[in-house]
Amino acid sequence: METISDPRLLIAVLAPLLGAGLIMLAGKRPNLREGVSFATALVLFGTVVSLIPGVLGGNTYTWTLFELLPGLSFTLRADALSMVFAVTASFLWIVAVFYSAGYMRGLGEHAQTRFGTCFALALFGAVGCAFSDNLLTLYLFYEIVSITTYPLVAHHQDREGYAGGRKYLAYLTATAKGLVLPAMVLLYVLNGNLDFAHNATDGVLAEGAHRGIVTGLYIAFLIGFAKNGLMPLHQWLPGAMVAPTPVSALLHAVAVVKVGVFATVRVMLYVFGTEAMAEFNLGLPTAWFVSITIIVASIIALGKDDLKARLAFSTVSQLAYIILGVALLTPYGIAGGIIHIANHAFAKITLFFCAGAIYVAAHQKKISRMGGLGRVMPWTFGAFAVASLSMIGVPGVAGFISKWHLLLGSWDAGSVGLILVLLTSTLLNAAYFGPVVYHAFFGKAEVVDDAAEPPAREASALMVVPLVLTAAISVLIGIFPGFFMQFVQLVLP
Amino acid sequence: MNLPEPSAGLPILSILIFAPLVAAAVALLLPAGRAVRWWALLATSAIGLFSLSLLFGFDASTAEFQYVEQRAWIPLLGMEYALGIDGISLLLVLLTTLITPFCVLASWTAVTLRTREFMVCMLIMQTAMTGVFTALDFVLFFIFWESMLIPMSILIGVWGGSGRVYAAIKFFIYTMAGSVLLIVAIIALRLETGTFSIPALMDQPYDLGFQLWIFGAFFISFAIKVPMFPFHTWLPHAHVQAPTAGSVLLASILLKMGTYGFLRFCLPITPLATLELAPFVLWLSIIAIIYGGLAALAQSDLKKIVAYSSVGHMGFATLGIFSLVQNGTVGGALVMINHGVTTGALFIAVGILYERLHTRDLSKSAGVGKHMPVFAFFLGMFCLSSLAFPGTNSFIGEFLVLGGAFEVSLALAVAAVPGVVIAAAYNLRILQRVAYGGTNNPDHSAVADIGLREICLLTPFLVFILWIGLQPAPFIGIMEASIENILEIISRAQP
Repeated sequence: METISDPRLLIAVLAPLLGAGLIMLAGKRPNLREGVSFATALVLFGTVVSLIPGVLGGNTYTWTLFELLPGLSFTLRADALSMVFAVTASFLWIVAVFYSAGYMRGLGEHAQTRFGTCFALALFGAVGCAFSDNLLTLYLFYEIVSITTYPLVAHHQDREGYAGGRKYLAYLTATAKGLVLPAMVLLYVLNGNLDFAHNATDGVLAEGAHRGIVTGLYIAFLIGFAKNGLMPLHQWLPGAMVAPTPVSALLHAVAVVKVGVFATVRVMLYVFGTEAMAEFNLGLPTAWFVSITIIVASIIALGKDDLKARLAFSTVSQLAYIILGVALLTPYGIAGGIIHIANHAFAKITLFFCAGAIYVAAHQKKISRMGGLGRVMPWTFGAFAVASLSMIGVPGVAGFISKWHLLLGSWDAGSVGLILVLLTSTLLNAAYFGPVVYHAFFGKAEVVDDAAEPPAREASALMVVPLVLTAAISVLIGIFPGFFMQFVQLVLP
Repeated sequence: MNLPEPSAGLPILSILIFAPLVAAAVALLLPAGRAVRWWALLATSAIGLFSLSLLFGFDASTAEFQYVEQRAWIPLLGMEYALGIDGISLLLVLLTTLITPFCVLASWTAVTLRTREFMVCMLIMQTAMTGVFTALDFVLFFIFWESMLIPMSILIGVWGGSGRVYAAIKFFIYTMAGSVLLIVAIIALRLETGTFSIPALMDQPYDLGFQLWIFGAFFISFAIKVPMFPFHTWLPHAHVQAPTAGSVLLASILLKMGTYGFLRFCLPITPLATLELAPFVLWLSIIAIIYGGLAALAQSDLKKIVAYSSVGHMGFATLGIFSLVQNGTVGGALVMINHGVTTGALFIAVGILYERLHTRDLSKSAGVGKHMPVFAFFLGMFCLSSLAFPGTNSFIGEFLVLGGAFEVSLALAVAAVPGVVIAAAYNLRILQRVAYGGTNNPDHSAVADIGLREICLLTPFLVFILWIGLQPAPFIGIMEASIENILEIISRAQP
């Protein structure tokens, strides 16, 4: 176990930032612009991958960007927890670059340069969060993600887009400024620094900390990182579905929401630590609190006919799994929670990719009008089916690994009630994904009134290949969960 | 505290004070228009560069006054010509000398009427402002303090907007009322101690009753200047009506005189009264933070938004200063500098927009960012700084102030938090409106983006926003010893 100063972290963070600048400069030439996006994503992913062996060897890499004052610095860190998120986000960005090109060109969207630039900036923020070494750095990148994704949410610049964007910024900045910032300042006053602990057990709180203050701080962080989608502050996420689908796919299924969950988990384990969480009895109450989100969001998803809205509520519900797992404070629970960061990402990005492909190819958003579409778009709906199985938690697909660990973790925590919550939610998952797939393959085809409308067929390969790829990976990490699990093992107390 | 021996060598402070006055005299001889503009720019830039020499000889490890000059002036009345700076005044002097050239540059095309008189007023202002921050004799201080009043009122009253005369008179009367109390306090101190020397007046064992009276007089006088709620009502008028350069001087320098007064006089001269009344001032600061923010949120005039945001930001400065703990007071002092940079930059940006659109209405400038991307970038960075985005100057200031507030009481800090959220709301609103607007924006296709002069004008502000934001330690280091000294005086006074 060694802590090593390594400039590769700087490269990982600078790559998307510089990439964003180059994308802006290349704006007038679409192919070059997309090429720059791809190259940037590749550099980022390559850098992240190069860190894997060292981290698996038990090393922690750090790099100090700016030392503001004693105890306050912008510093990067790569440890096992960072890698789960960084590998997932940086890999999926490569896939999303192709998909975005297909989607945006397929629909002839406006302001594609702004779109590509902000996309890269959002990844800059997400990677920065993954590699934050202290709360201040985490907060910086968290806020960068909020600001840089606004133009993506408001992309269409119509009434709906602006309304969604306003809600988005209002929820995310008000909670960050109103809860996270004061909690962070108070922690600084108590500790004299904002550093994370070096393991998931100890935390950074001083011995004999006041129960009321610890609980207050904890609640402020849990609610304040509102990107984690916990009810009742989840409403920005369905509102953000007005964004173009690649945004919903990479950002609102992977990068942005995972920044929220990752920040929450990082603080739970590396600021409070499992010992203090247990001592102050914060674990199980959190698990029960997020259970409300798991169940209620699933029930709401059942009633949504708009595919993206259904997926959004499914995301809200699934994000809460991650927090539930960690809050169990048992090794199985924490493992299930953390690995779900990756498992959910691959499945949910597939589902959104499918939703976008369906919209581009068939101009359809409503589930009720997708009858028979599976027969003309077999690849898309095939991938959709696989990803749905992962969401439900069927063995052989990634989601099963998460759910199995979560169930074992609940058992270890001695909570039959939480096992029932997980099982109920599984039934609900099946209830809102099953009919979509069934209806598409076996339902009656829609009668097309408009003769001028060309018959639906698969979207372009730029879109279909990525979504099949991510679905395949969901299966792969369902059968061979070892890759992500080895990082998780290192996090466990 | 005794005044150290006068320093040998060049009387740098006197040069900094009187050079602008000499430049003003020369300007009177020049023809109006181009020549006088260039002369003013040249003179203020030279003075700005020269002022940087203060940094080289300054010893930041001590709270002693440095660059001291002391000459007999009116011995009969015990008045001296005494100058000197400590860490707090050093930064404020530099802020003054460095921002004035940019005020000249910001008036380059905006002021076409009576340019000569305009520049003369600006230069006289610079003399007075530098004097206020360097004077160590109370009468000298008061003279500089008062001599700012007339040129500033003229700047507002002659080159201001449509309601300029009302604004100028309101500004004049308010400040004058404060000055009356100030002179009474100065005379009372002289009768008590027999001296006008500011360092000699500090750290003396006055009894509490006397201190409360002096503190009260000081407080009202400085609170008008800051301005603290409920003495703030002159500010929106003055800011909105003043020409851009006037608004910048007001926001960046003049408001700082109030908080400078608190730090220089209230805390070290009347420490017992400060301890007694600090809770009251702290809660007034909270009101200012929330009220200023809400008022800014309700405005549609860009200049008014920035003006009210000043009330909120200065609330953070006073909140920090009167927390009387190291973090908080240092943070409060840093907020003063930050506000000078950020709000100055925002006023210049609003001025640039006004020159093009001839309106400051937020809805009429909706979507202008599409045609002015470079401008939108600068405005965006300034707004982020104003909302205390991490990595910008204001973040570190507000962070330390909130930390200080937590050390005083949990309730106080929690009460300040809504102000932080509201600041985010009105700044993001500006940003959203200017960059995007709504679905039916006015047509701005004929509006040109900013040119080289304007980029040169805005860039230094951005540099300082990021410099202080990412490397605040050197800036804090300059003030730290002086502030520690003030807090020591207070803890010694504690019964």
